[in-house]
Amino acid sequence: MDGVGGVAVSSFARILEGLDRRWIFLAMAIAVAGPIVYIGLTGKTLPETATPAAEAVYDAIEALPSGSRVLMSFDFDPASGGELIPMATSLVHQCAARGHKMYFIALWPLGPQLIEETIKRVIRADYPHLKDGVDYINFGYQAGNEAVMKVMLTDFVKAFPKTAGGGASGEVPMMNGVTRVSDFPLLITVSAGYPGAKEWVQYVVSSSGGAIEMVTGCTGVQTPQLYPYFPGQLTGMLGAIKGAAEYESLVNENISKASGDARVEPKYQEAQRRMGPQLGAHLLMVVLIALGNFAYFAKRRESVRGAA
Amino acid sequence: MMPSRTWLVVIAVVCALIGVRALTGNGMGRVYVKAAPVKVEVKADEAKGTLAQTVSWTQWNAVPAKAYLAAQAADPNQTEVQLSWARTIGLWLAAFLTLAIFSFMYRDNPAYRFAEAAIIGVSAAYWMTIGFWDTIVPKLLGSIATDFVRGNILPSLVEQSSVQVIAMWVALALGLMLLMRLSSKGAWISMWPLAFIIGVTAGLKIVSHVESDLLAQSVATFKPLAALERGADGAIAVAPTVWMSLRNVLIVVGVLCCLTYFFFSVEHKGLVGRSARVGVWYLMITFGAAFGFTVMGRVALLAARVEFLFDDWLWLIDPSGKRVLESVSVIVGCF
Repeated sequence: MDGVGGVAVSSFARILEGLDRRWIFLAMAIAVAGPIVYIGLTGKTLPETATPAAEAVYDAIEALPSGSRVLMSFDFDPASGGELIPMATSLVHQCAARGHKMYFIALWPLGPQLIEETIKRVIRADYPHLKDGVDYINFGYQAGNEAVMKVMLTDFVKAFPKTAGGGASGEVPMMNGVTRVSDFPLLITVSAGYPGAKEWVQYVVSSSGGAIEMVTGCTGVQTPQLYPYFPGQLTGMLGAIKGAAEYESLVNENISKASGDARVEPKYQEAQRRMGPQLGAHLLMVVLIALGNFAYFAKRRESVRGAA
Repeated sequence: MMPSRTWLVVIAVVCALIGVRALTGNGMGRVYVKAAPVKVEVKADEAKGTLAQTVSWTQWNAVPAKAYLAAQAADPNQTEVQLSWARTIGLWLAAFLTLAIFSFMYRDNPAYRFAEAAIIGVSAAYWMTIGFWDTIVPKLLGSIATDFVRGNILPSLVEQSSVQVIAMWVALALGLMLLMRLSSKGAWISMWPLAFIIGVTAGLKIVSHVESDLLAQSVATFKPLAALERGADGAIAVAPTVWMSLRNVLIVVGVLCCLTYFFFSVEHKGLVGRSARVGVWYLMITFGAAFGFTVMGRVALLAARVEFLFDDWLWLIDPSGKRVLESVSVIVGCF
């Protein structure tokens, strides 16, 4: 690459080296905003194929007989909502469609509000026949992190003595037959950090000696930490927005097929819509990494030549 | 320092687009609410001496903009669905704070510093309030002054057992001892509750880590290097067998090589050195995967904020079908 070509490469590398980082931010904004506008206007989403981890979540909920108890812990806050709300929505959607009894709890202070919003968005809107206290119940937030989990292993009502509405937990009809956490055939946690899925595995699943089955939906940051637990201690796992999109497509496909309704509500496609900006941003990242490496090697080559 | 001419042009174009958007179609950034009357029958309580009564109030639920347009078209004088100024101001404030935080990418500025300070202040106040009302009042005060709390603050407070009451007195004493850290002479007293906290936490964590991470993960590593996978007819399925065996070999080799890398009692030369080198590769791939997932997470959060700006604030897109977008219907028709 001597002569004119070599000079062109060197000058291009120098431009890349001196590039104002704000141009990269602008490029990222366009890479994210472009697909959002396109998908927002057309309603088209990218096709998704479920991986075994996402399929295992779907199968775990599907395998339970209708009317089974499912404990759902919302261990996140609105800061992680972009990743986790689509998962929470689809998890509740599948549980409600299967007729499972849902017991909502939160170990994060802002969890109860997110539970309430999810109940309003999914259960009250699309499953109005389900009754509060009979088919689903919100126990709200309980402070204490791992200590709450340890108490739940022996006495659920002691860990959550009241419902979010202020009533006594022990008097709720749904609580008949529930003494401890192992009385729930499936535990679902939507997790953004501490306390979350990792603590549930450490303090509840492992302590139960395999008696408790658990699936989780977690943030991208948590996913690599949780992968070693799958498929042993975690039955299924939704890793980041990709896992959410895979699971969402599975739920939508099967629930729509069962109901004979081809139209899927936009609120059940939130994660699939967010895969468009993911594609744009990741393509840009790949290009930037390639350009960064190109500039680095071009500069090194130049300095080697200069030294010679 | 003034922004360069190029950046001034970019900012001006964005502002102009927002202005155009505000003046076309149905406008932007408004929240409508619909009145929902609520009536609750309260039963008489002889113990408390209260009579049966009906309590009623109006609940204002957010509705899509198209509900307001439909209501206005049917009856221009209707008041059932109306603009909520409070929620609209909240929406614009959220959009301003989002843009203020994004503005840091250009450079540090007063709007960013205001948004940052507001987030820190609100978060600190929120956590303090949550801590007080969810922990100190129901757990501590509810145990040591049950009648007062039930009579004045939490009517549904559950009766505590005597053991729990004693435990809460101990917790109160430890908490007060911890505050002695603020005293120069009595700081040593805070070491006792600290020792208690460290002891209990260590005890809890050691047991759970040994069970879930050491034992269960060790068991998960003992995998057959030749995993025979059989099909529905009972015959060995070649492709799944090869893949499963390869996967198990990669796991076992990875664990052994990474452990070798962190084994410093032997010089990393020869076979040990080569294993450690493979371990480094495994670690690098792990870090790469973690970085990739982190990027994915951050982009998802960015996408959620951009969606909020475009959908709820600018009314540029309408994925949920909340509005009637004349201004973009032509564009939609093109696809």
